[in-house]
Amino acid sequence: MSEKQTGTGLIGWIDARFPLTKMFEEHLSKYYAPKNFNFWYFFGSLALLVLVLQIVTGIFLTMHYKPDGDLAFASVEYIMRDVDWGWLLRYLHSTGASAFFIVVYLHMFRALIYGSYQKPRELIWIFGMFIFLALMAEGFMGYLLPWGQMSYWGAQVIISLFGAIPLVGDELTLWIRGDFVISDATLNRFFALHVIAVPLVLLMLVVMHIIALHEVGSNNPDGVEIKKNKDENGIPLDGIPFHPYYSVKDIVGVVVFLILFSVVVFFMPEMGGYFLEYANFVPANQFKTPEHIAPVWYFTPFYAILRAIPDKLMGVIAMFASIGVLFFLPWIDRGKVKSIRYRSGAFKLLIVILVVSFIGLGYLGALPATETRTMFARLFSIGYFGFFLGLWWISKNENTKPVPERVQ
Amino acid sequence: MKKVLIIVAGLGLLLPAIGWSAGGGHTYPNDKIEIDWNDKAAMQRGARTFVNYCMSCHEAAYSRYNRVGSDLGISDELLLENLIFTTDVNGEKTKVGALMKTTMTPEYAEQAFGIVPPDLSLIARSRGVNWLYNYLRGFYVDESREGLGVNNGVFANVGMPHVLADLQGLQRPMYQTVTDAQGNEQEIIVGFEMLKPGSMSKSEYDSTIHDLVAFLDYLAEPYKQTRRNVGTGVIIFLFVFLILAYMLKKEYWKDVH
Repeated sequence: MSEKQTGTGLIGWIDARFPLTKMFEEHLSKYYAPKNFNFWYFFGSLALLVLVLQIVTGIFLTMHYKPDGDLAFASVEYIMRDVDWGWLLRYLHSTGASAFFIVVYLHMFRALIYGSYQKPRELIWIFGMFIFLALMAEGFMGYLLPWGQMSYWGAQVIISLFGAIPLVGDELTLWIRGDFVISDATLNRFFALHVIAVPLVLLMLVVMHIIALHEVGSNNPDGVEIKKNKDENGIPLDGIPFHPYYSVKDIVGVVVFLILFSVVVFFMPEMGGYFLEYANFVPANQFKTPEHIAPVWYFTPFYAILRAIPDKLMGVIAMFASIGVLFFLPWIDRGKVKSIRYRSGAFKLLIVILVVSFIGLGYLGALPATETRTMFARLFSIGYFGFFLGLWWISKNENTKPVPERVQ
Repeated sequence: MKKVLIIVAGLGLLLPAIGWSAGGGHTYPNDKIEIDWNDKAAMQRGARTFVNYCMSCHEAAYSRYNRVGSDLGISDELLLENLIFTTDVNGEKTKVGALMKTTMTPEYAEQAFGIVPPDLSLIARSRGVNWLYNYLRGFYVDESREGLGVNNGVFANVGMPHVLADLQGLQRPMYQTVTDAQGNEQEIIVGFEMLKPGSMSKSEYDSTIHDLVAFLDYLAEPYKQTRRNVGTGVIIFLFVFLILAYMLKKEYWKDVH
């Protein structure tokens, strides 16, 4: 049994009944984080900020939104025009969705270059991947709710993909939609999933992600385990308490993020048609297919992989594989050195290939397909999957630099 | 790591080359419009054109009359006198707080035009202001189109009649034959020639359309000016906050290392 906190007053009263001080210390004031976090380490706390922002703005949007095929589009415009500050709520939420993916993609990239998924942090990575999956489901279902043309036809295209699954495909799409086409039934269930089911899962996963992180401790840009070098009190020599050091540092990151975020929300909420697609200002019409259907930008890399493959079923498999393969990253990478700083030139080359392929796929996935673009999409798809194959190959006997004992 | 980022950035610059394609179809006219966000007089004139000409068939059912009034500086009396011509279900004059709906039923519209004329509340956001500016100036005489007698250089075979023909007059297209990238010859419109002048000169008509599009742009996002004003304040506040946050961080981190 550990000693009871001996605070006085209200805190003391609470501590005798609930581990408030204990939890504060474990996760903040006595959670020792490496002192050498750089720019890339802002994105975890930013993801948490955006999550809270989405939940709060979402609650207020739900008060005015009508999940009904006949009323949904008009209710969004009602929010934009007649609800006090409704336009702000809606733009915060729509920009927040894109910001969430930007922040999460950068957060994942950080894990990739500094080997934060490697032993003993495999579970943190896997919880994180489930968060990413839940986020994609959340984004996809949320995008149907404004009930514009792109909401409708984007969902139509994506749900029809499940039809490519042999034997059960048609039944499955019917079950997902609750109708033979996307309809009021689909809108209602997507609303329920978007506002209750997925957010609950998401919150639970975030808690597990953070608990797992605080159990093993944070990695850092040098990929050195700070717990190996402790002082006489058992405090890591290269560690500093998360609070106040990183709480004050993260505030700086938060403010910089909010400035960029505000530029989009207040001055370019459509972001040139990437965050809010122009065709989505036309109400959903099941009899009129738009000329060009593009998913929102955060799905375009995976959509480009789907389109790059001529066979529909194989395309669907490749698309799911492109996300699924990430789950196995901790075992695909057989290396012992974590950080890109001490890894081989081959590893750096693979990272370049991955980033170029991913951005290239994202860019192409938003455009109508032509012969040249499909050729490049195939090239980038090979680059994307090639990264994982190459990583598995090179990491067995990698020519790494010596890793220092302490953080630099 | 820095090298990796530099290489990635360099390759990223090459991407648009892949996306570049041989351009879309040719449309005429193809001019750009400049909209002054503080020119409320232009928007008021546009509103008048809108209710007189567009709202016979189209509606702006997400917008309210008195919102337009308060944003553009038009009093309730002036709204009732000059902008509201419809009656409500009880046969009384439409109230200033009502949504800007037409009295035409969708069934009737479908019979008359083959399609229900779209709501125009958001047309400037879905089509863009340049498109609207060109479209409304792009009608030309086309005898082959039964019942309408006109076609459009921006929206080919559109179902809308040339409602503003009295103002603009009727014009006929001048063609030129060009060869496209695939080597096919096609006739494209390169200009208009006036057949029967309307009540306005070309520049008067262009300016009327400019004002109408300025109004439609306002109508699509009536809170746009508020949005920018609030945004400026928010960002100024955040920059001040940033200085304080950075100083706080510096102070705390003095003893690290």
